[in-house]
Amino acid sequence: MIAHGTPAIEIRGIDVRFGATAALEAIDLTVGEGDFLGIIGPNAGGKTTLLKVMLGLIEPDRGEVRVFGRSPREARGLIGYVPQYAQFDSDFPISVAETVGMGRLGPRTGQTSRARDREAVRQALDTVELSEMADVRVGRLSGGQIQRTLIARALAAEPKVLLLDEPTASLDTHIGRSVYDLLDRLADEIPIVLVSHDIGVISRTVRTIACLNVRLHYHHSRELTPEMVEAAYGCPVDLVAHGVPHRVLESHGDET
Amino acid sequence: MIGEALSYPFFQRALAAGLLAAVACGIVGTFVVVRRIASISGGLSHAAFGGVGLGYLLGFEPMLGALGFGVLSALGIGMAELRLRQGLDTLIAMVWAVGMALGILFVSLAPGQAPDLLGYLFGNILLVSPGYVALVALLDLLIAGTVLLLFRRLRAVAFDEEFAWVIGVPVGASFLLLLTLVALTVVVLIRVVGVILVIALLTIPAAVARHWTDRLSRMMTLAVLTGAVSIAVGLFLTFGLSSEFGIDLPTGPSIILLAAAVYGVSAVARSLTGRLCGS
Repeated sequence: MIAHGTPAIEIRGIDVRFGATAALEAIDLTVGEGDFLGIIGPNAGGKTTLLKVMLGLIEPDRGEVRVFGRSPREARGLIGYVPQYAQFDSDFPISVAETVGMGRLGPRTGQTSRARDREAVRQALDTVELSEMADVRVGRLSGGQIQRTLIARALAAEPKVLLLDEPTASLDTHIGRSVYDLLDRLADEIPIVLVSHDIGVISRTVRTIACLNVRLHYHHSRELTPEMVEAAYGCPVDLVAHGVPHRVLESHGDET
Repeated sequence: MIGEALSYPFFQRALAAGLLAAVACGIVGTFVVVRRIASISGGLSHAAFGGVGLGYLLGFEPMLGALGFGVLSALGIGMAELRLRQGLDTLIAMVWAVGMALGILFVSLAPGQAPDLLGYLFGNILLVSPGYVALVALLDLLIAGTVLLLFRRLRAVAFDEEFAWVIGVPVGASFLLLLTLVALTVVVLIRVVGVILVIALLTIPAAVARHWTDRLSRMMTLAVLTGAVSIAVGLFLTFGLSSEFGIDLPTGPSIILLAAAVYGVSAVARSLTGRLCGS
């Protein structure tokens, strides 16, 4: 079905504008087998927009996006997507298991039996340690539990590539670590792209790192050079001496 | 008294039409309430008014015009929401006003005496014809069949459109299908029970059901039951008051007030038990 060696995501010369504002400019990016890419950048730097371009939710004004060699629309169902969680109606009557079951509705998994669907949901809930919450309404969960539900939903789809938008924004440390362990294991099987404004969490797990602030600064390396951060955040940051310059980055994030 | 009421064919038809309407409204109303588009029933019923006017002007069956205008307005609202992200509340208010305006305009252009347009918006459940009872049964079959087949997909689209799209669910088609079902329900039931009772039946039973379950499927069942009980009690009560005590109350408004009373009791009971359960 998927030609061997076709990159999971291939982006060439993407521009996205919202009115007069450039959200993304001249983005080139290839994500393939074995990649676990973390993208950091300030708020409003275009991180979510970039993910949505990969998903086909936003049409770029210029440039080309290919997902396993196809247009994002044709490739629907191949991408596992973990959105930022605050988007849906928390009063909606739907349980954790039913939410995770949404991952089974695509054309790829839509033909499988109900038993197979239930098993996939059970497994996904197991993976994120939420099995005992299966019948609870999603709106009753804590932020971290919702986040794990959304990760399980993406996994239930048996995706070929995984995109995560701030997946640990509301996780406590223990769960955050277990999610990262999980992603680390998954990364051996499928490529993963994770965006976050939190440089601390990102630098612990991902295998390569990029900075995004309208333009993408990426050298296929684990190292985050001061030049990259400076280019992305527009100010010099002493990364080496103080390890993670958490506060510096966040205060700048708040301004944008 | 119950036996006497049931011996009248008009009462049998009213009861049958009412119970069948409760099925359609319970299922569709559940989606309307959880998707937070309750005003769509008002919007589409008044948009249909434009079709009624056009029917008078051009001399075809006004109900066909209503059906056409209702469904086209639903699709128009759906497309504008999907393409332009205009906001459903704004779109609903627009078709509401535009439909009424067109209706009045068409009627003013029609030759001869102006018909009683508003009469079209206020059907009377006690005057239902046998043909309409069959039509509502057909509507129920269509709605129940569609929802049984596509339940998980419709729920997914109502809950999280974006993820549903990403996973490959035909989001646009599902949303338009749902709106079309709402339009068909509204237009068919306007003539049977009247616009006010349609609005009430699409919202109150589902809202009551939401008090007692966190499951969409159970919510539908409970909404159908709540609607059916309100309608049956309302019909028997107004019949009884009229035959035993000579008190003539209008049936539709009585049903609405009963349903609203059920909502009130349910809300109070829910808040009391909720406090006990600590949730």
